[in-house]
This record gives sequence, C-alpha cells and structure tokens, in this order.
Amino acid sequence: MDLVKIIDFLRDRLKTVIRISYVVLALLIVHYWFFVDKHSAHTKMEHLFFFWAAFGFIACLLIIFLSKWYGHLGIMTREDYYDE
Amino acid sequence: MNNMWIHPAIIMMAGACLLPFIPRSAAVLKSYLVTVPALAFMSVLFMNVPAHGDPAFIHGQFQFLDWQLTFGRVDSLSNIFGHIMTLMCLIGTVYGLHVKDVKEHMAAWLYVAGSLGVIYCGDYITLFLFWELMAFTSVFLVWFRKRKESLWTGYRYLLVHTAGGLFLLAGIILRYKATGGDLAFTLMDVTNPTLYTYLIMIGFILNAAVPPFHAWLPDAYGEATVSGAVFMCAFTTKTAVYALVRGCAGMDILIPLGVFMALYGVVYAVLENDCRRLLAYHIISQVGYMVTGVGIGTEMAINGTCAHAFAHILYKGLLFMGCGSVLQMTGQSKFTELGGLYKKMPRAFIYTLIGGLSISAFPLFSGFVSKSMIVAAGFEEHMLWPAFLLTLASAGTFLHTGLKVPYFIWFGKNNCTNETWEKAAEPPVNMEIAMIAASFLCVFIGCYLPYLYDLLPFQHAASEYAHHVYSSYHVSESLQILLFTALGFFMFTKKLAPEPTISIDMDWFYRMGGRGFMWIAKKPIQWVDDKVSEGYQGIGLIPLMTTAKFWSWFDWHAIDGVVDGIARSVRGVGGKARALQSGQLQYGIYFAATAVAIVIVAYVLS
Repeated sequence: MDLVKIIDFLRDRLKTVIRISYVVLALLIVHYWFFVDKHSAHTKMEHLFFFWAAFGFIACLLIIFLSKWYGHLGIMTREDYYDE
Repeated sequence: MNNMWIHPAIIMMAGACLLPFIPRSAAVLKSYLVTVPALAFMSVLFMNVPAHGDPAFIHGQFQFLDWQLTFGRVDSLSNIFGHIMTLMCLIGTVYGLHVKDVKEHMAAWLYVAGSLGVIYCGDYITLFLFWELMAFTSVFLVWFRKRKESLWTGYRYLLVHTAGGLFLLAGIILRYKATGGDLAFTLMDVTNPTLYTYLIMIGFILNAAVPPFHAWLPDAYGEATVSGAVFMCAFTTKTAVYALVRGCAGMDILIPLGVFMALYGVVYAVLENDCRRLLAYHIISQVGYMVTGVGIGTEMAINGTCAHAFAHILYKGLLFMGCGSVLQMTGQSKFTELGGLYKKMPRAFIYTLIGGLSISAFPLFSGFVSKSMIVAAGFEEHMLWPAFLLTLASAGTFLHTGLKVPYFIWFGKNNCTNETWEKAAEPPVNMEIAMIAASFLCVFIGCYLPYLYDLLPFQHAASEYAHHVYSSYHVSESLQILLFTALGFFMFTKKLAPEPTISIDMDWFYRMGGRGFMWIAKKPIQWVDDKVSEGYQGIGLIPLMTTAKFWSWFDWHAIDGVVDGIARSVRGVGGKARALQSGQLQYGIYFAATAVAIVIVAYVLS
C-alpha cells in the first residue's frame, strides 16, 4: 500500500473529493433532522435541525477571527523579541 | 500480599541508577532500556487493587520523626494513573531508544519516578518530596537540547516550579498547623476553603498550567529535546490533575478556571507558528477539561477527568512523537519552514492524524469516549455555559490539532528549503514502533470501551455512561460539530496561514520583569556596590597609608613592604565582596529558595 500514491490519487481528483464532502455534510444534517432521536438533547434549541452544524461552523469562524484579531493587537510579535 | 508490593517508582529509580553501569553495546543497552519500564508497567498491571468502593491498600509506611510517611496507597484512582504513566513511560522510552546519551534516559526515568511517587503517596510530605523530584529531573530534558535558549528556558522552568513548590509547601505547613498535625493527602474541605486550601490548590494548578500560571509549559515543551517533550507532555500536568482529583474535587473555582483555560489554549494555538508550541498550548486547553471536571466533582465528572487524562496522555504523546519525528529528521518545527512533506513522511502523517482525530474526539477514537464524559457531566448538573463553552473549545481543538498541524506540515504551501527537503524521511524504526503502539491504543480505547472504563474509579457511573456514549444523538452531534469546523477551516485556510511570529504570554512578566531586575542589579545596585567597594578600599587604605607614612618616617625602609602587603590584602577583600554581591543571579535564587524551605521545615520541627 503506497500512501503517497493514494494521497496523490485523491489530490488529482480534488474537485470530486470536495463534492463528495459537501454531500456528506448535507446527508449528516438530513440524518440528524429526520432520524436521530433527540430525547437526550439538553436544551430546546438542539431540536433545530441545523443546530450542531451551525454551532461547529460558527465556532470555527469565531475562534479564527477572534484569535487573529487578538493576536494582531500586539500579542504576536517578531521572533527575536526576547533576544538582547 | 504486603511483602509482594513493589513501588513502580523504585523500579524506575533503581533502573535509572544502574543505567550508567550497563555495557554500552547497543543490543544490551536497548534491551535494558525496554525492560525497566516494562517491569514498572507489569508491577502496576499485576498490583492488587481493592474492589471499587473498598478502602485503599496501604503499603510502605515509615515513621520519620513525628510523621507517618505513606509511600504506597493503592486504590482505583491511583491505579488508573499508575497504569497510564508506566505505559507511557514504556512508549516514550521506545521512542527515545536511539538517544545515545544515557543521561537523558536517566532524567526521564527519575522524572517518571517522581510522578509515580506522587500518584501512590498517602501524605503531603512524601507528595512534596516527589513533586520536587519531578521538577528537578524534568528540567534536564530541556537542558539536554543543548541550544543556547535551552539553558535559559530551563532556568525559567525551574524558577516557576520552585515558586509553585513553595506555594504548595506553605499550604502544607499551614494545614499541618491548623489541623494539629494532619498530613494525610486526602480530599480537603473544599466547601469551606481556607488560606491553606488555596495555597495547596495554587501549588497543584501551577503544575496543571492553569492561567495565569501556565506560560512555563509552551516555553519549556517547545524547547525540550525530541523525546524529552514526549515525556514532559504526559507527566507534569497529568500528575497535577491527579493531585487535584485527590485533594480538590468539587472545588467550585476550578470550573471557571478550567473553562477559561480550555479556551485560552485554543486562542494561543491559532497564533502559534511552532508546531510543538501549538501542541503545548493544546495541552493547556485539554487540561482545562480535566480541571473543569475536577471542579464539577460528581462521580461522572471525576470519571471523565480520569478517562480524559488517560486518553490525553496517549494521544498527546502521539502528537508530540509525530511532530518530534519531523523535528528529528528535518531540524525544523515551524510551519513557516515546513509544508508538503506527505511525499517524504507519509506514515508520520498518518500517526499524527490519528493523534489529531483522537484529541478532537472523533467517533471511534479515544477522545470521543473520554472528553464527552466531562461535557455530559456539566450538562447533567445543568451547567449549560461551561458545557457549551467546552464544546466550542473542542471545535477549536479539531481546527488546530486535527487540521492545522497535519495540513501545514504535510500539505499546504511547501516552505521547505532544499536542505530541509533533502533531510526529510520517515523516522528511525524505534520511533515508528512507539507511534504505532500509541496509534493502536488511541483507536483501541475508542472502539473497545471496557479497557478504559473498567479502570475508572466510579464503576456504576462508568457503566451507565457506556450505554450513552455511542448513541446516535451523541455521534451525530460530534460529527456535525467536527465536520462543519472542517468546512470553516477549508474556507478560511488563507486566514490561518502561519506567520513567523511569537506570541507574548504571561512569561512576559518574568522575562521582562527579570530584565528589569537585572537592570536594577546592573545599574543602581552595581553603582552602590562600586561606591561601597571604593569605600572599602578608601577606608582600608587611608589609615594604612597614614600609618605607613608614620612608620616610614620612623623607619620606612623596614616597614614599607609589610604595609603594602596589608593594603594589598584589604584591596583583595574589597574585590571579593564585590564579586560575591554581583555573583550569578540564579544561584542566589536557589540559595534563597532553599534557605526558605529549610527555615520553614525547621519551624515545623520545633
């Protein structure tokens, strides 16, 4: 099993891989909407069919943008900052 | 049964002490290096553990002065931590098998012995002893990197841990006085915390890297040797988590602290350019879950904390091994100097990815069955905010460790120089064996629940949770969070592109504070020192010269030489005093800290 060949095979067909991924994401929501037993949900809003999908996506964006904003306030600095 | 008990720390210590005498032939040395941690692991595996809920088995009790020291308290809590620590020691030693410098192995083993000593001890004196052993042996794992920065990083590491040790010691002594001689290391009265409860807690959470006492961790782990970092990432923080579970379970303040640190680590991980420092910030984030679990303090939360510590040690070790193998082979650990390596190190990529999927709590991987227990415990206690925030942090975990680390090292823009690219190759076979073992365990724990769940301290809560963990709701919830985080990552990959910077953190205060202190030491104090020295010389010399003049008047031929001699020696004393005052700072700090410790111990003894 040549790992590099497998990875290259997938990279050569990147468009198809991305399309399949979108389908998987859509199926995940549809499955949650219709088939998942939501009685173990902790709050009402979790019954919304897109709740956890939206949670993951928004969480990701929040983390990226807030952290980068914070970092560029002056927290990120040149690498030789502590050198004398 | 009593006489059958062997402390695993004794095995590690004896093994470390004998190591310099082992013949240097590669085969003998390597089999010895594997045998010792394997024996320690066996001793834990075959240890007699009381049934769940029964009182602990006590071994190795000694009377020292007025104190009863307990070296071996065996119950289900110490058992699960002893199990994972010795297992990780075995994996870590195999990973470092190619390291020729036996001193590095010795330091690592003594460090493990320190951790095991803390885990099995039953009183605060023994705890403190092993606690300090951990700090003073692990610092060598930084120093053995042998770069110029390693020396200073090591000193800073030691400085912070010395301070933490003093907090702990102060707490222990105040508690000893307040309770009239109680040294037992058991759950403190956390509902009515007093000063000593907080001091002991601060001593513990400093080692658990809870902000604001956390900056030592990325500082040291990013600078440690390749295999040293694998050890360090497992032992210090998780031993502290054990100590917190034992002493501070249910302490409310730990909930906000834990949630804060889970998010804090995520934020700094976004900014980080060095892959090992990124992983170090993620330790802070992951230990945040455990600290929250300790704070919640219910049976399920404590189970979750123990399970998560267990799983974390393996997947974090695996991640440090994966990134360490890149550093070992290419000499680089910064994203801005790496990229596109899948062509050269595809297997290392797979191992690191397994570590990344485990830490992100992907279904069928170890994090899934451990992390969720803490979050579920939060929901069960109707702590919605902590539970949702921890869920948010887990999206960040996947974002960095599951996506950013593999993507920017093995794919992404190829920033490798020709030299880096030439050097890149799969790591030595021993490193791969260790990574395969850790990868296997990460998947095994996620797929076969009884292995981990049977070790947990509260069996009833564990078996109850085992029914829910793979419910369709939980699996679907986790997959949605993770995969939609991945969607966000690939949409905004450019935004996350590494930048060649470092991030200012709490260590700024003691790094720049230290610089301020050095300035004061150099300028005003040195000025006073010079003046005083000049004064010594003046005060010493003027009367002497006057006397000399008198004697020279009397019989200057005979006396002259003698007076010059005395003057010279006085000048010499002045110079010595100056040298002593401006002597090296770090020794001064050691002496001061040691002196304080001795005074305190003497005070207790009196």
